[in-house]
Amino acid sequence: MVKVKLWGTLGQLADGQSEVEVDAKTFKEMLDRLTEMHPGLAPYIARGVSMALDGVIYRESWFQEIKPDSEVVLMPFMKGG
Amino acid sequence: MKSMHISTTINGDPVEFICDPGEPLLDVLRNRLGLTGAKEGCGTGDCGACSVTVNGRLVCSCLVLGAEVEGVEISTIEGMANDDQLHPLQRAFIDGAAFQCGVCTPGILVAAKALLEKNASPSDEEVRFWLAGNLCRCTGYDKIIAAVQVAAAEMRGA
Amino acid sequence: MDTGQSKREFRYVGTRPNRPDGVDKVTGRAQYGADMTAPGMLTGAILRSPHAHARIISIDTTAAEAIAGVRAVITGKDFVRLDDEFTRDVQENCMAREAALYDGHAVAAVAATTPVIAKAALAAIKVEYETLPHVTDVDAAMKIDAPVVLAGRALETVPAGMSQNVTNACEFGHGDLDAGFAKADLVIERSFKTAATHQGYIEPHACLASVTTDGKADLWCCTQGQFFVRTLCSDIMGMEASQLRVTASEIGGGFGGKTTVFIEPVALALSRKSGRPVKIVMTRDEVFRATGPTVSSSMDIRIGMTKDGRITAGEATLRYSGGAYPCGTVEMGAQAAFAAYDLEAVRTYGLNALTNRPKEAAYRAPGAPQAIYAVESIVDELCQKLSLDPLAVRLQNAAKKGTLSSYGPTFNDIGLVATLEAATNHPHYNAPLGPNQGRGLSCGFWFNFGGNTCVSLNINTDGTVGVTEGNPDIGGSRASISLMAAEELGIPYESIRTIIADTNSLGYNDVTDGSRVTFSVGLATIKAARDAIGKMTSRAAQYWGIDADAVKWVDGSAVPAGSNAGKFPPLTLAEIAAMSPQTGGPIAGHHEVNVDGAGVSFGVHLVDVEVDPETGFTKVLRYTVFQDAGKAVQPDYVEGQMQGGAVQGIGWALNEEYIYGEDGRLQNPGFLDYRIPVSSDLPNIETVILEIPNPGHPYGVRGVGETPIVPPLAAIANAVSRATGVRLTELPMSPPRILKAMKG
Repeated sequence: MVKVKLWGTLGQLADGQSEVEVDAKTFKEMLDRLTEMHPGLAPYIARGVSMALDGVIYRESWFQEIKPDSEVVLMPFMKGG
Repeated sequence: MKSMHISTTINGDPVEFICDPGEPLLDVLRNRLGLTGAKEGCGTGDCGACSVTVNGRLVCSCLVLGAEVEGVEISTIEGMANDDQLHPLQRAFIDGAAFQCGVCTPGILVAAKALLEKNASPSDEEVRFWLAGNLCRCTGYDKIIAAVQVAAAEMRGA
Repeated sequence: MDTGQSKREFRYVGTRPNRPDGVDKVTGRAQYGADMTAPGMLTGAILRSPHAHARIISIDTTAAEAIAGVRAVITGKDFVRLDDEFTRDVQENCMAREAALYDGHAVAAVAATTPVIAKAALAAIKVEYETLPHVTDVDAAMKIDAPVVLAGRALETVPAGMSQNVTNACEFGHGDLDAGFAKADLVIERSFKTAATHQGYIEPHACLASVTTDGKADLWCCTQGQFFVRTLCSDIMGMEASQLRVTASEIGGGFGGKTTVFIEPVALALSRKSGRPVKIVMTRDEVFRATGPTVSSSMDIRIGMTKDGRITAGEATLRYSGGAYPCGTVEMGAQAAFAAYDLEAVRTYGLNALTNRPKEAAYRAPGAPQAIYAVESIVDELCQKLSLDPLAVRLQNAAKKGTLSSYGPTFNDIGLVATLEAATNHPHYNAPLGPNQGRGLSCGFWFNFGGNTCVSLNINTDGTVGVTEGNPDIGGSRASISLMAAEELGIPYESIRTIIADTNSLGYNDVTDGSRVTFSVGLATIKAARDAIGKMTSRAAQYWGIDADAVKWVDGSAVPAGSNAGKFPPLTLAEIAAMSPQTGGPIAGHHEVNVDGAGVSFGVHLVDVEVDPETGFTKVLRYTVFQDAGKAVQPDYVEGQMQGGAVQGIGWALNEEYIYGEDGRLQNPGFLDYRIPVSSDLPNIETVILEIPNPGHPYGVRGVGETPIVPPLAAIANAVSRATGVRLTELPMSPPRILKAMKG
């Protein structure tokens, strides 16, 4: 199981939780579990989200491995100029 | 309106062209003569990217009509290097990384050359005020001012 | 990743060689967007709405079509309505369908044999409008009874009961705000506003499109990302990506403003209809009215501090408007607002509202300058009122490794403390000030990112190397890429030439944005070089008749890995390349990757200003930029990013603003009235580069391009406030605004 921190807004869509636990070993598995468990998150995830894994931001890497003790934060998809 | 036939000199070469009476010199250079070194950044004389000299005088070619250049001598960025030898300003701009995107660079080089022909030893402030009509959005001007001074020093020594 | 390399000694990286495109750019030979021509080319021109908000009742193009020399006329009806909302917004921003949503919104276009005929044709198009109520101010747009720009575009997170103009809502943060504020000795709360500004690239958008009757197309344009242009245009035009080849011209500045399309689909549609190549070049008026700008903002900030300088809580509400289409930039602002601080309690809320203004385009660190301006203004005022040293307070509260950031993750290695210490120790910080002068400072932050990247590296048989990459070079990146290839291969910089490929010559590359190119393309170049080195060492091994893993690469040559491998004289890259036809054929290295691990970037700016109490005019006297570059690959161009970003921020702070009249029309669409900084406005911009290696890059590189625009807004505002004795809370701080504030 990994603990996923949701930014404030997303917490509202996940029944008000700011942290949820999911059974996932990769970024993709985490997104799939979140979508299943919290359908309110689905449109956000479909539009694109980033993941901060132990402080490093991953934008799209589905197969990025997540260790059980990793810090995982779901973030908006990053864009720049 | 009928087109006009103009004979002039550009970078030392005799040139003839036809143009509409209301057509800016910049459009003539770029669209009729293939001299695309001068750039249109605004078309209103505010940015200096189209700078050329007409009889030695620095002008925005977007504010000069093609019809006005009969019998004059025009210098553009394409005539700045002497055959295969870059002008000291051109070399200083490359060596000093005085441009990033480079689109304002032709106008700034033409303007800087005109300055050094009038004033071989400008202060930094004089360079800054002379080039105030040439907008650059990339560099913050710092390296441009430094490169003009490097070239000025070299030209004074030569 | 291989962090072990980040402290390595470099031979080429860190030097300042001349850029490969230098001579082209000083001789006028470099070809920008407007410099390309094609045989039989037509001139395209676009008719734009004079109204801020109007329903398009009808467009009559018959008179225009009848003019001799007019070869095509199109309107919004010539584009298929797309299902995907994002792309549909892009398309409708290029050419309105049912309604014009801002002054300058395109409503029709023509292609004609000459510019004069094209202009006459635009004048002959009859558009019947029904004008609608408009709104251009973000606060006004959020009122419940405001004119609605687009209905039904609110995301799920927008609370019920808000104006239909509110499209995005977000919240970030952690900790107990009430408890935090209760611990403070002083709490300051203020509201701030910032004007929309334009990226202000000197080269207007330009493109040349050529569509043939068999459905193939070529597009030449000035863009930060030819691959993204292909994606957008092929979707909008209903083309297959393989049939649309997009070539990026030299680009005359972008700063984020050339990360999307405005005229390219229009030129393609005109070319398809006319059967001829069509060139469109925007005027400066069109650039201001219909491209760019940033969001405008209105913000409420509250920060508490103890009397010994510890920040106890911070709260920000950001209201941004990204113009007439939904815009998520406020999410970036809300995440970045407090990023420089280690806070127990922090909360940021963000809202975006639609207004009748052009669709926002990215501009260097989009969303961050506004929010950080407001936060850093309050931090400065707290320091002033508590008689604390503003740099010491920032050091005391600085985010560092292990800090739970205000946007969620815990920071790894970041360079903020080192950057603040460099500023503290710099002579600028303690230099004397004269009357009417003030010193300001601000921290700045940007996320940076990596993204999809492909590099091919070809070993030529004469021992030279061609690098092919896919990201337009905005500020000297070809030099940096060549330097990294030289470093890895061990051959001179001058033996390498880096070029930027069209969309059919290389796999997909993300746009040149997010400060990603030197980081991501550099990483892919290093990996591509290692791939080529692997092939070259195995050729050497075969030649020597030993195992491939018994050969290593040292200073540009294959050498036996140890005495057991055998005694052979080194084989240089040139020798291996020369015999490549006989040893298996051409040698090339590749790397294709979606890069992560960009590493965030912090900077600190120090500025001295003098404010004329008679006129309210602000003169910038001294300016110093401190920034962590991870590793500066070509320091000239790192300094250039720092200087150029700082000066754009100075313009934002003091002069630049979109000014809308009561009629909703833009009043200053030209460089005369939208005044960007000129050389005589400015002092030298001093730079101090720090190098705290980014563990996510083989050489430790961090992106540097965006962070420098973030600190100037607050740094100048803080300097002006200290010089005048009144706190300025609205940008730009134009002379009338400063005078008004000084007179109370």
